[in-house]
Amino acid sequence: MIVMENVTKTYRMGEIDVNALKGVSILVNKGEFISIMGPSGSGKSTLMNIIGCLDIPTSGIYTLDDIAVAGLNDNQLADIRNRKIGFVFQTFNLLAREEAIYNVELPMIYNNVSEKERRETAMQMLEAVGLAQRAKHKPSEMSGGERQRVAIARSLVNKPSIILADEPTGNLDSRTGAEIMKIFQKLNEDGITIILVTHERDIAEYSRRVINLRDGLVEGEETL
Amino acid sequence: MRIKESIHIARRSLMGNKMRSLLTMLGVIIGVAAIIAMISIGNGAKADISERIRSLGSNVLQIRPGSQMFGGRGFGAGSVMTLKYEDAEVLKEKAEYLAYVDPETSDRTQVKFGNKNDNIEIIGTTPSYQRVQNTKAAKGSFFTEEDLAFKAKVCIVGQTVVDNLFVNTDPIGQEIRIKNTDFRVLGVLEKKGSMGPFDQDNRILIPITTAQKRLFGTDYIRSISVEVKSKDEIGVATEEIETILRRQHKLLPGKESDFNIRDQSSFLETLEKTSQSFTYLLGGIAAVSLIVGGIGIMNIMLVSVTERTREIGTRKAVGAKRRDILMQFLVESLVLSLLGGIIGILLGVGGASLISKFAGWKTLVSVDAILLAFGFSASIGIFFGIYPARKAARLNPIEALRYE
Repeated sequence: MIVMENVTKTYRMGEIDVNALKGVSILVNKGEFISIMGPSGSGKSTLMNIIGCLDIPTSGIYTLDDIAVAGLNDNQLADIRNRKIGFVFQTFNLLAREEAIYNVELPMIYNNVSEKERRETAMQMLEAVGLAQRAKHKPSEMSGGERQRVAIARSLVNKPSIILADEPTGNLDSRTGAEIMKIFQKLNEDGITIILVTHERDIAEYSRRVINLRDGLVEGEETL
Repeated sequence: MRIKESIHIARRSLMGNKMRSLLTMLGVIIGVAAIIAMISIGNGAKADISERIRSLGSNVLQIRPGSQMFGGRGFGAGSVMTLKYEDAEVLKEKAEYLAYVDPETSDRTQVKFGNKNDNIEIIGTTPSYQRVQNTKAAKGSFFTEEDLAFKAKVCIVGQTVVDNLFVNTDPIGQEIRIKNTDFRVLGVLEKKGSMGPFDQDNRILIPITTAQKRLFGTDYIRSISVEVKSKDEIGVATEEIETILRRQHKLLPGKESDFNIRDQSSFLETLEKTSQSFTYLLGGIAAVSLIVGGIGIMNIMLVSVTERTREIGTRKAVGAKRRDILMQFLVESLVLSLLGGIIGILLGVGGASLISKFAGWKTLVSVDAILLAFGFSASIGIFFGIYPARKAARLNPIEALRYE
């Protein structure tokens, strides 16, 4: 499902070229639950941006569901993000002024889903993460764990191929973090592919395979 | 994404910042209201003047005392006494190009009927008045040349006089007392309405000879109105009058004339043009304030884009395209300016009717002006919204998501 071959990414920061990725090759199959680990500066954010189609590689091959991402333009990337990828961020990134249900509907708005269908799907997803009764609440009225569950519901609505979670427990206490990770495990059991980016070992242990990244290269892989 | 969603997002965003939205709109509101009010006042003034041109006899010239140099109307008129009744007689006798000559004199004085009395403008004139002022007796009849010759004590009254003095009485045939002299009412003058603060129906017409002999006791008159036989001859007629009156007044060559001749309708036409350009000028100033309002919108939209950088990043991450973000912010600024425009139109129309009610100016709200203002505010919204919207649409999603 995800095929990465020798992917590099070079940023220009002022006068200096920064090689964030120096040739990364990864293979992720459908239904997997993997973690990408590494210290800060290892290139895991860059890798995540590329996997998430927020950015394109400088060189190398990246195919997602048999689509070559490298050659796509802005609008095509937006379409892929919309239909194939569900994002869960460390800082939740919910629209603060909008109710939970609207936040969950958001990806469907950009997928031209009718209002009625949007409402129904969003409500189902909120039920799935156990927040049906909080649908009309705004993020500011919710706890961190609840916010992250809204974000998970949002990531699911367009039935994506993968869920990309960037430090999803980074802003949560360990007990809430564990609850969130259990939700991911449950989703994975239901057949959804999950890619987790983290620097915490005990979070990575919820997944089945860990890819270690260091200095822009894959340092090693382990199956749990 | 459909336009409906954009409007929905814009509405939420504007409602979320009610005070700011209102203040942002204020510039457009004031601009549009000013445009509507100014154009309404200008059109009203123009319509008023056009009306007056139409009500004047078309080839009428007016001769007034005072030299041209002092601008007969303002400084000279009334304060200088040079015209006499005889001047009119001479003109009537000698001038070839004139069809009618109507000398006039006037003064305000107390008028009594029964136990009622009122201060009314008395105009001494001739039967030619009907012709040069384009009027007639609506009831009864006008006085005749004979009445003029015999200095008859007869009069024609305006409608306001009838309303004020002759309550429930048919005025025709009644005797009214003007300055201790009784006058018999021959007729009621056609209703003219008011011109600005002057009620043109609150007047009484009497033969000018009677006025001079019995009421005012002076030979001098206020003005002579003449009607030229044909519009093409106005130029030569003016010269002819000049020659005849200079001779009559025994003015040596090179000496300034002690009277001035005005073409009333051309004067009013100039006035009409002036009021037209004045309307454009005021409208232009109002348009400038609308542009300032537009800059205000752009300013706030730029602030809004910066404030909502993370929101834009989030929207882009979940699949919003550049076009979607562009539309979102463009619709927001368009809603701001159109809403401001609509409020401005209502305020402008209301303001115009208040002005005509309290200041007594005639105003004319035209559909054109409303459409113009509406279109203008829509263009303002798009023009000043496009830059912030493009800025938002071009944000890099990765940086926008990280923005603090």
